[in-house]
Amino acid sequence: MTRLDLFLRVYLALIVGFIFLPIFVSLLFSFNSARFPTLPMSGFTTIWYETIFADPDFWRSAKNSLIVSACSAVIATFLGFCTAYTDYRYSFRGKSLFLAIILLPPTIPLIIIALAMLAWFSRVGMSGQVISIIVAHTVLTAPFAMAIIRLRLSQIDESLEAAAWNLGGNEWRTMREVIIPFCKPAILSSLFLTAAVSFDEFTVSWFVSGLNKTLPVHVLEIVQGTIDPQVNAIGTFVFAISITLVVTSQALIFFRLQRSAS
Amino acid sequence: MKRRLNTYALTFRLPIIAWQTLFFVGPLVFVIAMSFFVVRNFQMVETFEFTSWEKMVTRDYVWSSYRYTILMAALAAGLASLLAFPAAWYLAFRCQPRTRQFAILLLIIPFFTSYLVRTFSWYTILAESGVLNGAFGLIGLGPYTLLNTPVGTLVGYLTLILPLVLILQTVTMANIDDRLIQAARNLGCSPARVIRTVILPAGKTGFVIAALFAFILSFGDFVAPFYLGGSNPPTLPILIIDTTKAGQQWPRAAVVAVMMMLTLFTIAFTAIMYAYRKRASR
Repeated sequence: MTRLDLFLRVYLALIVGFIFLPIFVSLLFSFNSARFPTLPMSGFTTIWYETIFADPDFWRSAKNSLIVSACSAVIATFLGFCTAYTDYRYSFRGKSLFLAIILLPPTIPLIIIALAMLAWFSRVGMSGQVISIIVAHTVLTAPFAMAIIRLRLSQIDESLEAAAWNLGGNEWRTMREVIIPFCKPAILSSLFLTAAVSFDEFTVSWFVSGLNKTLPVHVLEIVQGTIDPQVNAIGTFVFAISITLVVTSQALIFFRLQRSAS
Repeated sequence: MKRRLNTYALTFRLPIIAWQTLFFVGPLVFVIAMSFFVVRNFQMVETFEFTSWEKMVTRDYVWSSYRYTILMAALAAGLASLLAFPAAWYLAFRCQPRTRQFAILLLIIPFFTSYLVRTFSWYTILAESGVLNGAFGLIGLGPYTLLNTPVGTLVGYLTLILPLVLILQTVTMANIDDRLIQAARNLGCSPARVIRTVILPAGKTGFVIAALFAFILSFGDFVAPFYLGGSNPPTLPILIIDTTKAGQQWPRAAVVAVMMMLTLFTIAFTAIMYAYRKRASR
């Protein structure tokens, strides 16, 4: 059977290689001096990074991206928390419909959501603003927040809340002093994760952003022009930010699990 | 646990209902309504007419694009399921749990790298004078035309969906009751027979859901068919972009969007019914 295992290991490496090849190539060629990336590689350069960092458009869109991902992460996490708590504590008629309106967005193609948001925002007079991207991203990312926080709530000892009430805390105080502290790692983790998702999203942003483009929309516009290694540099930059957010998010959960295990 | 409604309970419920109605249900309903609007003198008029529907459903290019999109998305979902299976099988049954956890963590990373940048990267890899053909050139092969072909589109789709399918399949198989597999083994089943008679039926739900997600993602993606497939022919998402961005024909774009939604609902409903259907007892 070791032969089979060896074969499968090589196969798995190929699949993982296929998945990571574009990320790796992008990283590698962001330092390649030739304008068109090919093999064998030409010399090492940091010119593409210098180009993007000298470009005011880059900084403007990076600023927009940061604002959008920070704001939408906070709102989405709040919405996610409320939904998760409602799902955890209450059962009522129409609950599945209630859950559906927050959990459904990821199952609808982004291009449809993008068109719908564009049309709706211009109908209600909200189009082309940073706030429109923020609102759109909260809808897209809230389900992830809900999932993370719901998972944490399912680990809570149900008698904990009741005990707090017996000790004289009203519902609000129990929420503040028992539930929220218990969910803190999940809340933090959700903040980072939703920020990362928002930071990379480009379809809906492209449709609703107007002139206030975000970094991925900036990339989209460069890509539409020509082959430009700037994209590799921006991609690597964005990758570094996203990965920091995700690793922080994972580490928060992992750290917490280690602590509760010991 | 049924309790009386009070301010406390409503505080956690009403914001969601208001927010999602305003910014999720609202836009979706509006896009359906918009498919019945008309454009007169470059202005969208809110009315109820079938003009846009007639315009779109009588055009051959819409239907050929429709068929092509479904075909490519189905192909991508099937291919991803097949390609992921051996790797997922290995991760679920033949390696240490630590390795599996590490692999899943690793496979989550691509979700947080820009899909757009990855696609651009594939563009430079697959181009005539790109990285892949450069490598082929070193050993005296090629160059092969890979860009602006369905192969390019499929590579892009797979970049998007393969990590997801691999993760879902691995988790599905890792959760199959180990005693079932041991029992089959003890009864003398070969690994291939264990897969056919135990793993595939027991993990049906997971496999179908994974393929369904792969289909939905590919069906709605415009990046791969546009940049790697050269929009030749255009898929439905590209049609939406063209009619919205260039043509300013929002109602027609809405028609395409509604067609896509109806198709997805039908397919998702069928797939989910199939996935959760109890096996007929033999």
